[in-house]
Amino acid sequence: MPYDVGSLMLLNQFLVLGAALFSIGVYGLLVRRNAVLVLLSVELMLNAVNINLIAFESALVTNAAVGQVFSIFVITVAAAEVGFGLAIILMIFRNRRSANVDELDLMRW
Amino acid sequence: MTVDAWIAEPVNWVFSIVAVVILFTAVRVVTSPNVVHAALYLVAALAGSAVMFLLLSAEFVALVLVLVYIGAVLVLFLFGIMITRAPTGFDEGLSNDRKLVSAAISLVLLGVLSWASLSAFGTDTVNTVGSPTATEILGDAILGRFVIPFEVVSFILLSALIGGITVARRDLTPLEEEERKAV
Repeated sequence: MPYDVGSLMLLNQFLVLGAALFSIGVYGLLVRRNAVLVLLSVELMLNAVNINLIAFESALVTNAAVGQVFSIFVITVAAAEVGFGLAIILMIFRNRRSANVDELDLMRW
Repeated sequence: MTVDAWIAEPVNWVFSIVAVVILFTAVRVVTSPNVVHAALYLVAALAGSAVMFLLLSAEFVALVLVLVYIGAVLVLFLFGIMITRAPTGFDEGLSNDRKLVSAAISLVLLGVLSWASLSAFGTDTVNTVGSPTATEILGDAILGRFVIPFEVVSFILLSALIGGITVARRDLTPLEEEERKAV
């Protein structure tokens, strides 16, 4: 039989952890200049969302594993985003010799 | 549930330790003055999240996270860092000088999100801990109810692959093409 500890972990401890991770990601997104590091911060935020999805899945017990399926979709889309994002950063670096997002103000009004 | 009952549970010790590790490494990801270190701290943060998924009895997702993120995405990140020749030594120019405003914004966000979840879910508990999700259920869900989104996600991956190759490929200049024809 599985070790039953179900009623002893709060849903909120996971939600607050997710909120903290997401806020740290937002801070990184606002503060970082290097485009690769901005992408790293986005990964942190996506990971916070995954923790939330799994926690809700575990709290609202269903037999469909919906939260886990969605977190797998999030992971897949994040992988695609990183691949394409790094290709764009690579192209920008080739054209401008710099990967700093605040120097990319060509289309700024 | 009282605080004593919460602390008395070994699962919550594991949670606390891993949560501290995750938060510390996440802060280092966004503050580290070294690009490579930031990427490696992200490995630790993601490994901690995988432990959280295991605590919530989502083994398959935990393993996918380790395989896809730590195995593939982080290697891609390190590759990108090396190729763009971002400074691999210590460099203060990696962050801009709006740290205080950004910290205030993220703290407000943390306060709002925490307040919302604390007031909405109070002392609700998670229920499936200790009873592993059968991968069979997950497979049924992915290839049954969610088969169309699954195919869409596959197509997104394929298009990102093709798009990435197309964008990152370096076209030959006319001069180089002439040289290639001459050979």
